[in-house]
Amino acid sequence: MGSTFWKRSSLIAMGLALFLVVMAVLVNLTLLGQFTWLRVIFGISALNFTLRAAIPLVLGALSGILCERSGIINIGIEGMMLAGAFAGFVAKTSTNHWPLLNSLLFSVFIALAVGGLMGFLHAIFSIRFRMDQIISGTVIIILAAGISSYLYDRDAIAQGKFSSVAIPGLSKIPVIGPVLFDNPPITYLALLLVLAVHVALFYTRWGLRTRAVGEHPRAADTVGINVNLYRYVNTSIGGMLAGLAGGYLVLEAVGQFQEGMTAGRGFISLAAMIFGNWNPFGALGAATLFGYTQALQNELLLAGVTTVPRQFVSMLPYVVTIVAVSGFVGRVRPPAAEGKVYETEGGTE
Amino acid sequence: MDTTPVLEARNITKHFPGVIANQNVNLTLHKGEILGLLGENGAGKSTLMNIIYGLYQPTEGEILVNGQVVQMRSPKDAIALGIGMVHQHFQLVPVMTVVDNVMLGRESVRGGLLNREAAAVRITELSERYGLAVDPHALVEDLPVGVRQRVEIIKALYREADILILDEPTAVLTPQEIEGLFAVMDLLRTQGKSIIFITHKLKEVLRVADRIGVLRRGEVVGEVDPKTATQSTLAALMVGREVILEVEKSAAHPGAAVLEIADLYAPTDLGEPALRGVTFSVHAGEIVGVAGVQGNGQTELVEVLTGLRPAQSGSIQIGGKDMTNASPRQITEVGQSCHIPEDRHTHGMVDSYPIADNLVLNTYYQPPYARGITVNRAAIDANAVALVEKFDVRTPSVHLNGGSLSGGNQQKMVVAREFSRPIQLLIAAQPTRGIDVGSIEFIYQQIVSKRDEGIAVLLVSSELDEILALSDRIAVMYKGEIIDIVERDVATRQMLGLLMAGVKEEMADRVRG
Ligand SMILES: Nc1ncnc2c1ncn2[C@@H]1O[C@H](COP(=O)(O)OP(=O)(O)OP(=O)(O)O)[C@@H](O)[C@H]1O
Ligand SMILES: [Mg+2]
Repeated sequence: MGSTFWKRSSLIAMGLALFLVVMAVLVNLTLLGQFTWLRVIFGISALNFTLRAAIPLVLGALSGILCERSGIINIGIEGMMLAGAFAGFVAKTSTNHWPLLNSLLFSVFIALAVGGLMGFLHAIFSIRFRMDQIISGTVIIILAAGISSYLYDRDAIAQGKFSSVAIPGLSKIPVIGPVLFDNPPITYLALLLVLAVHVALFYTRWGLRTRAVGEHPRAADTVGINVNLYRYVNTSIGGMLAGLAGGYLVLEAVGQFQEGMTAGRGFISLAAMIFGNWNPFGALGAATLFGYTQALQNELLLAGVTTVPRQFVSMLPYVVTIVAVSGFVGRVRPPAAEGKVYETEGGTE
Repeated sequence: MDTTPVLEARNITKHFPGVIANQNVNLTLHKGEILGLLGENGAGKSTLMNIIYGLYQPTEGEILVNGQVVQMRSPKDAIALGIGMVHQHFQLVPVMTVVDNVMLGRESVRGGLLNREAAAVRITELSERYGLAVDPHALVEDLPVGVRQRVEIIKALYREADILILDEPTAVLTPQEIEGLFAVMDLLRTQGKSIIFITHKLKEVLRVADRIGVLRRGEVVGEVDPKTATQSTLAALMVGREVILEVEKSAAHPGAAVLEIADLYAPTDLGEPALRGVTFSVHAGEIVGVAGVQGNGQTELVEVLTGLRPAQSGSIQIGGKDMTNASPRQITEVGQSCHIPEDRHTHGMVDSYPIADNLVLNTYYQPPYARGITVNRAAIDANAVALVEKFDVRTPSVHLNGGSLSGGNQQKMVVAREFSRPIQLLIAAQPTRGIDVGSIEFIYQQIVSKRDEGIAVLLVSSELDEILALSDRIAVMYKGEIIDIVERDVATRQMLGLLMAGVKEEMADRVRG
């Protein structure tokens, strides 16, 4: 019974995302477009907004997936994201005089590196010092928030950000083209990463070992796999992805840094990871759903909906997040060895 | 003949905090032989094997493979040297398929991606060559233990192991599966592979081993030739005293019915019928043994009786109170019954809890272990110290995790807990799984004395010896039904064997006529 059961919630997440796309196509290309309210909630601008809101969530969720599939709980995504955002911003402001593209690419690289370092730090706390992983994650969050606000120079200004690159041909497809194929580079990268992480986890040696380490470390150990090495590597790569999410916020979405600018996105990423059942595509679906609720909130307010008090509309993204993770889609199944320190001589398992 | 041993352990010593698990152990293994390894629970057998397999580092001593001293930093090195091990507790990832489990750590890869097909082909090849039937694409969590064990053996063969360590492989197998395993071991031996075989069943070593080594309290105390040894000499050597292999018990004096089961139906996990109208009762002061080939509903019967599985229809009464579909806690409290589960890891203990806590798992909320909403540590510890002493659970401290105990000592811990509260019904499923002969003797005495105190005992065991040794009446299960209930005095091995195979007619005649 196991296999079918534990994929259900990720299927629901993906199904909801697909539903959104189909509705958008229908509304924009058929007679359904006559209904104003449908145009509001399924319009191209809503979809564009959805994608922009979803990208950091997708990257954050992928970060969580990499860590947790190897058995390290990563509650610190928020902190790693913020660290990446701040590092990207500092790199950008100090290379403002470089050619724009070079400066941006360099800043992305720094965001990745600093995120990776935060991940590595989390791994050291959790593995080497056997710190409780929830606490270690919290430390990462506080550390990132503290350092970034202490060092933040309010006068610094980043000049320029990534702009959209339309993909020839594909961007001309109605509805789907302008939404999916006319975006800045990190967006494309994030979407490709979903596929890449999926393939890596389920079809490569590295992924097989990672999952084994997260499910049953002793079994992995007995076939000669270095459990903690896999955990270090995965947590560090996970940190890099969270860093990239921060880089996205500064270098692609906003163009500047603000204190605490991740604004809970790291936690919503965690929710997306859980709702997506630790599967990359499931997480993409969940992130899309959460992104869409933000878009909807935005569109409804813009359209001047007054029948519902605006506070309720603003609550939408959070309510959906809570409902999604509170298990209405059935139980999800985290990696079995998550959060447990592994020692070879620590006893039978 | 080549006399260099394929494997030699020299002066191996291993210390764990507070325990010397191995003390100057020497062991040799020759090409093409089966070395039987015996020893009490906690004697250090698994530890020694884990050292040979590179999982644990010895405190002192060295390992030689084919006459060469080898340094093993991890199982990776051991695998490269042709050593394979089937662990006492299976090392399989439940949510993965057989293919993924087998190739883990030694993956077939093509163009950067896993080549599951190639691995499946090799698995099928191995499973045909050695008669180890298994579906490569099945999920491990869906497989019964017997098949999981085959997967473990295939895992070792897949890595081209020449030296195979089997740590208590028969503990969880049915007699039929054990025969199958022995056939595989024979085949491997004729192919020049060498095997170390650990078991607590003396009959088994006498039957398959070419040589027998005995460990006691971390030291090698002797080497025996199976041709001249007997079960009692082996037992004496293992435990260091004479062991009474026969159970001494007087005739039962059954009282009122304590457990009454009427027309009970329940499904398996897959929704197929597991129990199909089970009706029988167990009286105070008697032991009713449930015999049967595993998979005929015994597991489900025990789960329904202990509240772990809902019944579809029928009724269960314990001590005159209706307990059909009651919760496990009601059954333990109101029904005053206790349960030694078939699989200690899923239903019997919490690996990561201290031994002391494991010993109060079903009483922690009652005085003296609870004081209001807080626990009374002192009482819990005192209880633990007393039980560990009484049941001879070998551990340096009751504060260590249950998981750090040797397999047999974990089982003793579970038995100790269940036997230590006032009860009217004892439900024991495979109560001596993985336990050494000395402790079996003790547990049998305990079960019999519970009976003599007037407790109703339901014993489920896949071992006919155990059933015959303890039961006053024997119920045989076949395809979810109690096909017959016979008095111990008239039961014979053949009769039970036939009943277990579902042959009833002529049996009934012989019993009654
Ligand atoms: N990882 C560990 N940490 C601490 N102590 C351990 C560990 N593994 C084993 N021990 C201790 O070492 C001793 C030997 O244990 P071992 O598992 O080797 O026994 P065994 O002979 O295999 O027993 P059994 O027949 O019950 O399986 C026991 O006292 C046990 O408590
Ligand atoms: Mg053992």
